[in-house]
Amino acid sequence: MTGSDLPEPPPAPLALDHPVLKSLLGAWALAACSPAEATAVEEHLGECGPCAEEALRLRDAVGLLHAEESLDLDPGLRTRVLESCLGRRPPRIPVPRWAVPYDAESARLDALFRDIGNSEWHAPVRLRWFEEGGQVSRKTTVAGVIGHLLAVDGMVAVALGLGDPLGPETKDPQLPAERTEAYWKASYFPPTRAVRGPWRDQTHELVRTVSFAGDGSGLMPVPYGTAPEGGEGAGQRIELPLRDAMVDRAFECWIHAADIADAVAYPYDPPSPRHLHRMIDLAARMLPGTLAGRRRSGLAAPSRDLVAAGAPGRSLRLEIEGLGGGEWFIPLDSPGATASAEREVAHVALDGVEFCRLAAGHIPPEEAAAGQDGDREAIRDVLFSAASLSRL
Amino acid sequence: MPKDAPRRWDRRMQQRLAHGEAAALGELYDRFASLVHGLAHRVLGDESGADRITREVFAHVWENPDAYDPKQGPLRSWLATLTHERAVRRLRRTESAALAEGGGTPEELERKVRRASAAARADYIVTAMPTPLRAALELAYFQRRDYRQAAADLGVTEDEARRRLRLGLQLLSTANDTPSAGRASGASPGYGKAL
Repeated sequence: MTGSDLPEPPPAPLALDHPVLKSLLGAWALAACSPAEATAVEEHLGECGPCAEEALRLRDAVGLLHAEESLDLDPGLRTRVLESCLGRRPPRIPVPRWAVPYDAESARLDALFRDIGNSEWHAPVRLRWFEEGGQVSRKTTVAGVIGHLLAVDGMVAVALGLGDPLGPETKDPQLPAERTEAYWKASYFPPTRAVRGPWRDQTHELVRTVSFAGDGSGLMPVPYGTAPEGGEGAGQRIELPLRDAMVDRAFECWIHAADIADAVAYPYDPPSPRHLHRMIDLAARMLPGTLAGRRRSGLAAPSRDLVAAGAPGRSLRLEIEGLGGGEWFIPLDSPGATASAEREVAHVALDGVEFCRLAAGHIPPEEAAAGQDGDREAIRDVLFSAASLSRL
Repeated sequence: MPKDAPRRWDRRMQQRLAHGEAAALGELYDRFASLVHGLAHRVLGDESGADRITREVFAHVWENPDAYDPKQGPLRSWLATLTHERAVRRLRRTESAALAEGGGTPEELERKVRRASAAARADYIVTAMPTPLRAALELAYFQRRDYRQAAADLGVTEDEARRRLRLGLQLLSTANDTPSAGRASGASPGYGKAL
C-alpha cells in the first residue's frame, strides 16, 4: 500500500501458466493471494473447465471452516455416561468405590487443560496451607502444581509397585512436601505443559491398578513419609490405608484444580455430593489424631478427662450442611475414645465446601464456622486441627 | 510417537473393554468424549441431544466391544462414524416429527440433514488432517494472512504454502460429498482411515 491519496492502479495483468494457476486455487478460494493473481485465476476459470470445477468445490469447502467453539463438556456427563454403561453391563473388574472420586476429579482437572492455552501453563499459582500458627504459601505455576500432584500421587504409585515419577533412585519414604521439592528441583527448567501427559498417565494407571487389586486392597498401607526430626512423633512412619489415600488424593486434586482455575480465571465447581461426602468423612476421621498431635505439641488445650480407648468421651458434633454433608461426632479427649450425642459438649455447623477449604488451609480457622455453640475451647481446637490437616 | 502406537492403543483398549474393565471405559471416555459430543452437537445443534448420543455411543461400545475391528481402521474413526450415524438418524427423526406437524417441506428436511451432516464431517476432517495443512488453513482463514505471509510464518516456500492451502481445502471438500443412497454399512465419507 502506498498510503497516498491516489487510487490504486488496477493490477497489471499477470501471465501465469496453467500449473501455477492451478496451484493458486486454494489460496484464491481463501482470498489469500494478491489482487493481480486473483484476477488471473478468475480469467483462467472462464477458460478451463477442470479448474473451474475445482475452484467451486474449494470455495464451498471454505464455507465449512469455522472457529472452533470451545464446547465445555459438562463434567457431570462423565459420571452419568459411565454409570449408565455399567448399569447395562456390569464390569468384571469394577473401580473400587473409594477410588471413584479420584477417577472423577483427575478427569475433571484434565478437562480444564483442554481449554487453556500454552502461556497459561506458566500462570502464577500460590499454594496455601496452614502450619503451626497461621497460613503459609509457596509460589509456583500451573505446570508446577501438576508436578506437585504427580510427585505426591507417586507415593501411592510406589506403594502399588508402579514406577516412581521421581525416578528409581528416590530414597524412601519422603513427606509429600519433600517429594514435591525434589521434583521441582530435579529439572533445571521450570515445568511446562509437558508435565500433563505423565501426570494423566499416572492417574489412569493408579485407577487401573487399584481396580485389579480389588476392594480388599483398600486396607493396604500407603507410606506418606517419615515425621520430621524435632517435631511431633519424629522418625515415625506416617501411613494411610489405600482407600483413604485415594480419597486424600482426590481431595488434593480438586483443591489444586480450584487453585489453577482461579489462576486462569475459569469457573470450577465442587465435586459431586457423593464424592464430597467421602472427602469430608476422611477429614472428620482424621481430626482426632491431628487434635492429639496438636495437644502433645502444646498447641491445643490439654485433655479434660482421661478416657480409656473405646470408652465414651466428650464430643463435638460437626454438622456439615449442603449436598454431601452429614453429621460427625468428634472425640475430644483421645482419638481412641468413642464420640456420641450423649457426651456432646459443643456443636459446629459448616457448609461442606467451606469445611473442605478449611481442611485445605485455604481459609483461616477463625473465620470458618458459620454456626457454633457450646465449649469454646473445644470448638477452637477442632477448627485449628481441621486447618492443620493441610500441607503442601 | 511411532506410527503403530495408536493402533496398539486401540487394540489394547478393545481387549480391556472386552475383559470388562471399568477403568478402561473411563479412559475411553477421557480420550474420545469431546470428539463424540462435539460431532453430535454439530449435527444436532443442541446440548441434551448431544449428551444423549454420547451416552448411546459409549454404551454401544461398552456392550459390544467386539463390534470394533482394529483391522478396519482406527478406533477414533469408528467412533466418529457411529456418532455420525446416530446423530443424523436422530436429527432426521426429530425433523420428520416437525414436518408431520406442518413445519417445512421434505426438501428442506433433506437439505438440513445434508448440511448438518457435512458440517460434522468437516469438523472431523479438520481435526484429523495433517498438522501442516491445518496450520496453513488456520493462518489463511482465521488470521487473514495471504499465502506469502503464511509461507513466511511457516518457514516454507510460497509454492509449498499454495500446495498446503489447496490440499487442505481438497480434503475438507470431501465433507460435502453426499453418501450414496442406501449405503448399508461401512464408514461415512470423511471418517475414513486415510486421514
